[in-house]
Amino acid sequence: MNTLDAVGDLRLTGLTKRFGSFTAVDDLDLSIPQGSFFALLGASGCGKTTTLRMVSGLEDPTAGRIFIGDTEVTTTKPYKRPVNTVFQNYALFPHLNIYDNVAFGLRRRGVKDVKKQVDDILALVELAHLAKRKPTQLSGGQQQRVAVARALINQPQVLLLDEPLGALDLKLRRQMQIELKRIQTEVGLTFVHVTHDQEEAMTMADTIAVMNAGRIEQLGSPEELYENPATTFVANFLGQSNLVAGTVTGKEDGVVTVDAHGHRIALPAARSRVESGAVIIGVRPEKVELIAATAEVPAGRNVLTGGVVSDASFIGVSTQYLVKTPWGQELSVFEQNTGKEIFRPGTEVALHWDASQTFGLDGSQDIEAGAEIDDEAAK
Amino acid sequence: MTTLTEAPLASEVLGEPKKRRNLLPYILLAPGVLWLVIFFLIPIITAVSASIQTGSLDMGFKVTWNWANYSSTFSTYNTEVVHSLIYSVACTVICLALGYPLAYFIAFRGGKWKNLLMALVIAPAFTSFLIRTIAWETILSDHGTVVRIMTDLKITNLMDHLGLITGNHVLNSPFSVVFGMVYNFLPFTVLPLYTSLEKIDPRLHEAGRDLYCSGYRTWRYVTWPLSLPGVIAGTLLTFIPAVGDYINAYMLGSPNTQVIGQVIENEALRDVFGYPIASAMGVILTFGTLAIVLAYVKKAGSEDLL
Repeated sequence: MNTLDAVGDLRLTGLTKRFGSFTAVDDLDLSIPQGSFFALLGASGCGKTTTLRMVSGLEDPTAGRIFIGDTEVTTTKPYKRPVNTVFQNYALFPHLNIYDNVAFGLRRRGVKDVKKQVDDILALVELAHLAKRKPTQLSGGQQQRVAVARALINQPQVLLLDEPLGALDLKLRRQMQIELKRIQTEVGLTFVHVTHDQEEAMTMADTIAVMNAGRIEQLGSPEELYENPATTFVANFLGQSNLVAGTVTGKEDGVVTVDAHGHRIALPAARSRVESGAVIIGVRPEKVELIAATAEVPAGRNVLTGGVVSDASFIGVSTQYLVKTPWGQELSVFEQNTGKEIFRPGTEVALHWDASQTFGLDGSQDIEAGAEIDDEAAK
Repeated sequence: MTTLTEAPLASEVLGEPKKRRNLLPYILLAPGVLWLVIFFLIPIITAVSASIQTGSLDMGFKVTWNWANYSSTFSTYNTEVVHSLIYSVACTVICLALGYPLAYFIAFRGGKWKNLLMALVIAPAFTSFLIRTIAWETILSDHGTVVRIMTDLKITNLMDHLGLITGNHVLNSPFSVVFGMVYNFLPFTVLPLYTSLEKIDPRLHEAGRDLYCSGYRTWRYVTWPLSLPGVIAGTLLTFIPAVGDYINAYMLGSPNTQVIGQVIENEALRDVFGYPIASAMGVILTFGTLAIVLAYVKKAGSEDLL
């Protein structure tokens, strides 16, 4: 494990990949600290897999450089990089049994006595009893763990995971997320994980980079990205957001006030990306509450009045509402099941929420960016 | 009691369609079995029986358990048997050496041209085997352009030294015989090879490169073992017809390159006493090939070839 003592941050500078006239990865700068669990999150075609393939060496960058620690690996052959990949479809060798699949990398590097290492890693992924089986005789989840073991046994400085859980059903995926996180904590290697599943990224990663059109939209911890999205794309792609266009009317005492369709909205200046002009205010659906239009709104909260419930789905722990605003937007509200009354479609309601839970984005953006993609990816 | 008497009745009623359903597989098998009996089993038995007979066309043949037919075959025609073996093995090896890179290229680099390229590989088969071989006889003749160029480039000299041809005569040599066989049988090697290579997921190559394999080592440890079924099928489909082939030796060879097929033809058609000898050689060819193939498949099936 001496590789871990060296400083092994993965650094990408100005990394670019063009396929003909299409730019898949656009001037990417990224630094991934050693030992972290890093997720590249984005819809299909955003360039995340291409980025991963350039790090593994399976794709040559058009421009830019790749460093692992102080060593540049931009033009190093894939089989000479201290990097291993867990492929999307696992790509296990069908002619070899599980033991030989896992031992493959060690043997190619000329390691003579592989038994102890293979046994150890198979124990780590809890597959020791299946060592003699062929890959096709294993379930999807087991194959996935073989793929992880086959890559991990080489003790790479960086382990790349390309949508490793994509082929698994939901229940197994949850289980494997926890499993992968456990393995990562145990071995302490840098994991770079590519996924389109925002929940998966948030569950596992310490740091997430949201990618869109070959660029990184925002980088940060899951909490940061969720609570303070920097762009409408991140706000819509990572979970759901209610975004409403408005104009900044003033700023005092760390509070920005906004006029949104005739409503006075207040938000913390620290959470607003603009301090004048056009703004898009946002609030997450679970932070919004509904009251009947006739009831009195508690003081100190942001309020949007004149809404009409257009859809109410009761799902046990919560009720999901769609509320149509007078200006034609549909906002969503998740109300936890605390025994409150359920508003039927057609009921006139007002939305209100804690002003401190509001965030403000640059008003010049497309308010819908990232929303459709998320629906697609969620399928 | 009523239930007991009713029960067999019910099964009798159901028995009728059940019986017919059981017969169906045999009915479907019948034409194939009949074909094999008439065109395979009976001829084999006839050949084996003829191989131990004595007599002549005029007097008629009788089974006399004359095993001497076999021993005399070996002593008289051992050169031809050896020729058949050497030519067919050489043909199979050369076909594999030429066919593997070709199939590999089409399968992994062919892209949208894959099907067209494979069609080109098979295209010559649309012309008769005989006509193609006669065409080579003309192309390789002493006064043809090919031989003139080969002579000018001193290639004929080199081949003469290697004992592949005699002087400047390319035709009627072991070289031209094997050349014709390779030309005629190459598609039989390429087709199964292509099929098995094409099935290999290119992502396995990437996995190989990711796991410390250079291009050659990826081929050696990933592609080659996965293409082995195609290699075995391709070499068998080439070797089996090649070992019995005599058209190439007849058209492109000389009396010095005779193969077992030619001897069988001579014995059976030209020699009034030759029927049993021809049969004995046919039996040797059939079962000899079978033995070689079985040994090869057994060897190839184990990990020895890997």
